[in-house]
Amino acid sequence: MDLFEYQARDIFEKHGVPVLAAAIATTADEAEAAATKIGGKVVVKAQVKVGGRGKAGGVKLAENPADAREKAGAILGMDIKGHEVRTVMIAAAAPIEAEYYLAILLDRSNRTFLVMASVSGGMDIEEVAHTAPEKLAKVPVSAVDGISPTKAAEIIKAANFPADVADQVAHVLVKLWEVFQSEDATLVEVNPLVKTKDGKVIALDGKVTLDDNADFRQPDHEALIDQAAENPLEAAAKEKGLNYVKLDGEVGIIGNGAGLVMSTLDVVAYAGEKHGGVRPANFLDIGGGASAQVMADGLSIILGDKDVKSVFVNVFGGITACDAVATGIVQALELLGSKATKPIVVRLDGNNVVEGRAILDKAAHPLVQQLDTMDGAANRAAELAAK
Amino acid sequence: MSIFLNENTKVIVQGMTGSEGTKHTRRMLASGTKIVGGVTPGKGGQVIDIDGHQLPVFNTVAEAMSATGANASVVFVPPKFAKAAVIDAIDAAMPLVVVITEGIPVHDSASFYAYSLTKGTTRIVGPNCPGLISPGKSNIGIIPADITGAGPIGLVSKSGTLTYQMMYELRDIGFSTAVGIGGDPVIGTTHIDCLKAFQDDPETTAIVMIGEIGGDAEERAAAFIAEYVTKPVVGYVAGFTAPEGKTMGHAGAIVSGSSGTAQAKKDALEAAGVKVGQTPSETARLLRAILGR
Repeated sequence: MDLFEYQARDIFEKHGVPVLAAAIATTADEAEAAATKIGGKVVVKAQVKVGGRGKAGGVKLAENPADAREKAGAILGMDIKGHEVRTVMIAAAAPIEAEYYLAILLDRSNRTFLVMASVSGGMDIEEVAHTAPEKLAKVPVSAVDGISPTKAAEIIKAANFPADVADQVAHVLVKLWEVFQSEDATLVEVNPLVKTKDGKVIALDGKVTLDDNADFRQPDHEALIDQAAENPLEAAAKEKGLNYVKLDGEVGIIGNGAGLVMSTLDVVAYAGEKHGGVRPANFLDIGGGASAQVMADGLSIILGDKDVKSVFVNVFGGITACDAVATGIVQALELLGSKATKPIVVRLDGNNVVEGRAILDKAAHPLVQQLDTMDGAANRAAELAAK
Repeated sequence: MSIFLNENTKVIVQGMTGSEGTKHTRRMLASGTKIVGGVTPGKGGQVIDIDGHQLPVFNTVAEAMSATGANASVVFVPPKFAKAAVIDAIDAAMPLVVVITEGIPVHDSASFYAYSLTKGTTRIVGPNCPGLISPGKSNIGIIPADITGAGPIGLVSKSGTLTYQMMYELRDIGFSTAVGIGGDPVIGTTHIDCLKAFQDDPETTAIVMIGEIGGDAEERAAAFIAEYVTKPVVGYVAGFTAPEGKTMGHAGAIVSGSSGTAQAKKDALEAAGVKVGQTPSETARLLRAILGR
């Protein structure tokens, strides 16, 4: 899960990373009140989970509370690269002398953690990384050892931080590691990390990505979910414990195993090229060892998607038994009754396939048809969606 | 021959007394795997009967190894306890640890992988993987044993069900070993490790490599193939239709910006001389054409 800037800021503050006073607002009134409370000049910042908001006009300096009200009014409701601004952060303004960059992230290629650090931070850090890679220090960090003060000193030397800020940046690094580790983050980025005119080092903007696999030991993270941005079908699927992602096509997809389902989406998209360009409507993995109930839940979600014109159930039974899948399909159709109106193409193979196919044959539901191969079934589902 | 396991591999099951552990111990025994015991901290001293096999339970992997001579472990422990279980196995210098558990936080897997490197005595396969099978010899994990038999194909895949699908497509030819390496961002054994082992295995004559979106493992594997592998390799990559920024089931299957796309992986593999199929069936046909079957 990616966090909003204000959520990252709050997490930084909780772990002792220096940040500026700030508050969030969803209306111009709230923005004015927040600016009054903070006092002095403030910055009004659009809260969107996409880069480039500064260049899009989503960050404005306000001279006083009335100005903050006006600026917030203009920014709220803005569309930044397809993201609607529903919240702004009002933050104290700081006189900036220098902008640095710090990030701790998971380095998949090397199966370790990595710190990236630069004294050339700010909006153009990507450009720096591209054109002057020597200005971006990359230092591997062991998951076992983490960032000790000694390690922090090594990073500061590698990135050539000036001596007058070295101790403060080292402190920030140690605290950011604490954020990274104790919050189960896969990315913690500060850009810019600034040196103010009075010599203080402060995290001015932050990005944090959290590992969903760690939710079981991070009870506080649930409150960080952006409910308003969740697709209602995705929210309903999540409630049922289903692994579902809404896409923009017409063929509903259910399968078992992430790899096979991704492959099914591709095969349907290829088949769709011959049938008016129909595409997969979703990703839905019912997982290993899925029961009839899981199958029924999944089918209900997909049949509830108004964009879906046909459904393709593609199961290779490894642990999952094809007879359980078939029973799930039959049960779901009984449950849905006349609400089920879309054709369902089923391809079953593997564990208990003979029993599974027999169950569907016996039920002989008018909406259900079985095909023997994945490619053949994908083609039929695409054909039905195109009609 | 086979890679990483053979008919003499003695396996202990970490988490054998849990429901998943028991279920899969039964399946592994039925497919001929030499299961010699289990490990569940706090339950040491018990003996569990699974389908007539009397299997001793130990508190630690070290105890289990010294009592049974086990040289491989398979982990069915829930995510919360998985790190401790893997560390226990690494501390015991267990040569092969296959981590089936899905949903382990990446800080935990990065941590036990880093720890395994400091010790240098353990190969980890997974986590979040179906394990590995050498049909007729041994089966460590959850891959169904009845899809196909022994043969000359080596298979390495990030995905479990695509492993099964590909074994099924090529069931008349058979496999030396099929390895599911898992779809998490940090895994212990990579495509490259398996490609190297298959290249060096005299009984493997052709290799199928299955990848998916996310990371750059396939691109690295392509570079390795160009440099090291002389046996024919066919490839398949899943996730061409996956949108940017959405995780597709596997924690590692996510396209970020221009990196990790299926197209980039396919291009890299083809540049290394690998024939890449558009669907699993086409990939199987490409392999058949190479083997003349």
